[in-house]
Amino acid sequence: MQRRKFLKNIGAGVAIPSLLSGFGVKAYANSPLSPFFSALSTDTDHVLVMIQLSGGNDGLNTLVPINQYDNLAKGRPEVILPKNKLLALSGNDTLGFHPALGGLRDLYDNGNLRIVQNVGYPNPNLSHFRSTDIWMSGSDSNEYFSSGWAGRYLNYEYPNFPNGYPNADMPHPLAIEIGTAMSMSLMGPQTGMGYVISNPDEFYNLISGVQSPAPGTPAGEQLAYIRLIAQQSRTYAQTIVSASGNVAQQSAYPDTGLAAKLKIVARLIAGGLKTRMYLVNIDGFDTHDAQVDPNDHTLGAHASLLQELGDAIAAFSADLKFLGVDDRVSGMTFSEFGRRIVSNYSVGTDHGEAAPMFLFGKPVAGGISGSNPVIPSVPTDYDNVAMEFDFRSVYASILKDWFCVPDTDVPGILQHDLPYLNLFDPNLSCLSTSTHQANQHAGASLIVCNPNPFVDSVQIEYTTEGGPTIVQILDAAGKLVATPVQGISSRGAHQTLWNGAHLPAGNYYCRLLNGASYQTKALIKVKG
Amino acid sequence: MHLKDRRTFLMPHRGKHQHKMQLVAKTDDAPALSLERFESLRQTRALNPPVSGLEPYAGPWTRAEVTHLLRRTLFGATQEDVTFFAGLDLNQSVAILLDSTYTPPAPPVNDYNSSDFTDPDIPFGQSWVDAFYNPEAEGYRIESLRAWWLRRMMNHERNIREKMTLFWYNHIPVQFSQVFSGGHLYRYQENLRSHALGNFKELVRAVTIDPAMLFFLNGYVNSVYAPDENYAREIQELFVIGKDLPQYYTEDDVKAAARLLTGWRIGTNFTSYFDPNAHDKQDKQFSAFYGNRLIKGKAGVAGGPAELDEFLDMLFDHNEAARFVCRKLYRFFVYHGIDAQTEQQVIAPLADIFRSNNYDILPVLETLFKSAHFFDVLNRGAIIKSPLDEVVGYLRQMKINLPGAADLTDTFYMCYVLNFLLNDLMQIPGDPPNVAGWQAYYQKPVLDKLWINSSTLPRRGQINEYLLFVGLYGANNVAQANVLEFTKSLTNPGDPDQLISEVHGLLLGLPVSADVAAYHKSILLSNLPSAYYWTLAWDAYLANPDDAILKGEVENRLKILYHVIIQSEEYQLA
Repeated sequence: MQRRKFLKNIGAGVAIPSLLSGFGVKAYANSPLSPFFSALSTDTDHVLVMIQLSGGNDGLNTLVPINQYDNLAKGRPEVILPKNKLLALSGNDTLGFHPALGGLRDLYDNGNLRIVQNVGYPNPNLSHFRSTDIWMSGSDSNEYFSSGWAGRYLNYEYPNFPNGYPNADMPHPLAIEIGTAMSMSLMGPQTGMGYVISNPDEFYNLISGVQSPAPGTPAGEQLAYIRLIAQQSRTYAQTIVSASGNVAQQSAYPDTGLAAKLKIVARLIAGGLKTRMYLVNIDGFDTHDAQVDPNDHTLGAHASLLQELGDAIAAFSADLKFLGVDDRVSGMTFSEFGRRIVSNYSVGTDHGEAAPMFLFGKPVAGGISGSNPVIPSVPTDYDNVAMEFDFRSVYASILKDWFCVPDTDVPGILQHDLPYLNLFDPNLSCLSTSTHQANQHAGASLIVCNPNPFVDSVQIEYTTEGGPTIVQILDAAGKLVATPVQGISSRGAHQTLWNGAHLPAGNYYCRLLNGASYQTKALIKVKG
Repeated sequence: MHLKDRRTFLMPHRGKHQHKMQLVAKTDDAPALSLERFESLRQTRALNPPVSGLEPYAGPWTRAEVTHLLRRTLFGATQEDVTFFAGLDLNQSVAILLDSTYTPPAPPVNDYNSSDFTDPDIPFGQSWVDAFYNPEAEGYRIESLRAWWLRRMMNHERNIREKMTLFWYNHIPVQFSQVFSGGHLYRYQENLRSHALGNFKELVRAVTIDPAMLFFLNGYVNSVYAPDENYAREIQELFVIGKDLPQYYTEDDVKAAARLLTGWRIGTNFTSYFDPNAHDKQDKQFSAFYGNRLIKGKAGVAGGPAELDEFLDMLFDHNEAARFVCRKLYRFFVYHGIDAQTEQQVIAPLADIFRSNNYDILPVLETLFKSAHFFDVLNRGAIIKSPLDEVVGYLRQMKINLPGAADLTDTFYMCYVLNFLLNDLMQIPGDPPNVAGWQAYYQKPVLDKLWINSSTLPRRGQINEYLLFVGLYGANNVAQANVLEFTKSLTNPGDPDQLISEVHGLLLGLPVSADVAAYHKSILLSNLPSAYYWTLAWDAYLANPDDAILKGEVENRLKILYHVIIQSEEYQLA
């Protein structure tokens, strides 16, 4: 009997369901003709658009604390903006925007911009890579996470992803990133949750059916064939093409890189994608030198970047309104750190610490959280803007108030418990819990642990397509602590009883590995 | 022999692959624009064929040429392999790759005992290849053999023997699932492996009377009373002569060959023997295709072997024998398309070499791998990787190391998973779909494009992703892509431009555009403009390799970079 079972399953040719990696345009999946692809929705789910300012944005020249102006002028004479050129904020005479940020100033004056002052984290790390990873993963300065805060949220909301995706409940990518690749923000506990569009050209090639050029050689001919098949089998590509086709007209955007990305985001949102998060980036903020034009500090590299940022956000906001989707879209800017108070002789600034964040959109509560940064009267080279808010407080508030996560669940997602801020319109309504429940069941649930939380024993139910099968228990750091099942399974549902009484209380994962398919679910051990 | 159980064997239902095949000609749901472009490219080869022939290659010998040679002769070119051969010249390199010194590897052992099954005949850790047939155990032994073969490929030396073993296995296969006797299958494979760089005619003779083949193609029941034409047909149609010519062997030739091959039987201890009582002693008349050759019937124990020798002489005297196999070698090692010019400039002279060397394989391979044609830029990157090329190459390049002797059980299980996945990709070692081998090596005109369809291409991507981000697990071990060790093997990994261009050269069959390269660089640099930040992070990791944060910083970026590169369509080309 065993022999038959064994052999039957080796290469029995069972169709393992497409494991939609979500790893992007370059990731493939099985069923381009799935009926779900055409099921574009007019859902009212909330959408978050994250704009990453790569390089470390100089907050002190973005939103200038006018009440600190004299001290600032002493510390950063090479880059200080002329006071009379700063853009005043309605009802606030202690802050002024960079003259290039008219777009953000107007949003503020209209009540559609929330400024969160002095955002950072304890024990700041001034390495770009490390600080970017911290911002994206939500870790402490001295701990390493391999998943991202947004990825963990999406995993919480859609725990079965990518198994059985797309499906009727979630026919579209959970998240889309344009211009980056598998950003850590969107990494779930096991797999990337974001669909990658590597650049705007790729998007327009996709929706116009254009293939990248292949050389006119035998190898190029083979490449063209592979691309043809890849195009046919790309997960979600058809839904993106369809959603794009639903939008006939958009309002005007400036001709910049960031605006091109945000224009695509607006089109996809209005086109009906239920995608929850978008991530776009604008880079170049690492302004160690030539941050400003020495002859006119309102010009230069940083001014150009801020102009691009502010104008793109303004155009995007106007377009969302034009398209009638501004009620359900919020945006957020973030950067790995601010810059040093004291400027360089090379007309730039070094890596710093805390800086302001901006949330924008009709749903946000306009205004300011926090107070102006305090600049020492005699700034020295190593003085920095002190942190007032932990960046994870912003994430926590977004999760609770925008994505309607019960506040009991927020610390689990962020792996940290932080105070909330009031960033959104208090009259916002949350989706019914039935949506959340549908998301919980969307896709194929391949592994379930009961009870969860558990004290001693756990009943693990798992479903396989047959073949090599492993069930593992991992600790919160992803380290293997037990292998309750290893062998060859027949296709279908199975269960096993596993005793975890010996383990310390805490967060764990149970994971099914079946061929190259896998699914990971959170598992919590509590004291009896 | 108790091989009657084959009908109860519950192996893959290969029929399912048939409808998955997505031939190029089927274009109903293909975007028209892309298809037109594809078609125009397809014709390019006909318009601009390589003009080079078998004259010795005299161009540069850089990492690019080394990589091209290794991709074709090994399973994937690793950085260390490329560096090794780049330090030699072409002649020295080919000499090493074609070194025919052969030490048989240690045979497979019982690595499959578990709580589910215990082999009653062979203790754990001991070789099972001499064990008697045991229907309860054979399924496990066969999986053990499959796993062993996979490890031969993964751990091969800098030598073509494993690639040639696969070539011969595809050319003259027996199906594990049909023969269903581990001891016989192991010996059949060793038969091919030991002859892989030897003499083709001797290989065919050995295979003809190999017990596994006698069973697989019914030679063991071929008798004067009931001739069985199975092997008699395939040796002509598939193994030696083929049907490429407009006129080939006749049905009468098949009948005569079947009669000539009567009397071969399977003996004890994995041997075969000739039984003169079952042999047809009448004369065998062959057709004009074989020059109206008459092979006299012979009696006695020497009769069958003598007739077999004369029969093989007749087959190998035919010009088509050498040409047929040279075409197969060409498709395996160079390119799937053979036009009139290639036939004239490459196949015909290669076949002449094959014949004039009495079917020794090495002079053919040596001439081919040193030829201008082989290194012609038009032939580089022009092969679509077979699943074994793709998966085994990936395992080798990404340093996915199985525990091996340190944990036989986990190793067996990990190989089992890999073979399971290879089956999904339509190339499980030991079980080609039929006696003709895998279609992608013979089904004209699509050939290697058959490996890629809308099911297998996503599957390839998924498997690579799995091995990169999850890994192969046993109870006690994990084998995962080791991106840090891979990166350390590069010439100057602290420099992002060098790192990326070297990885492109290693992993991609075709160069990518500057835009794509810049995109890849932006991944490594987290969109920062200065390469310095990567250098800083890499050096910090090297200085403190055990620091989890420093390690995570570089490892995370490298994983995503390699993931994106490996998911490129160019990665599918060799």
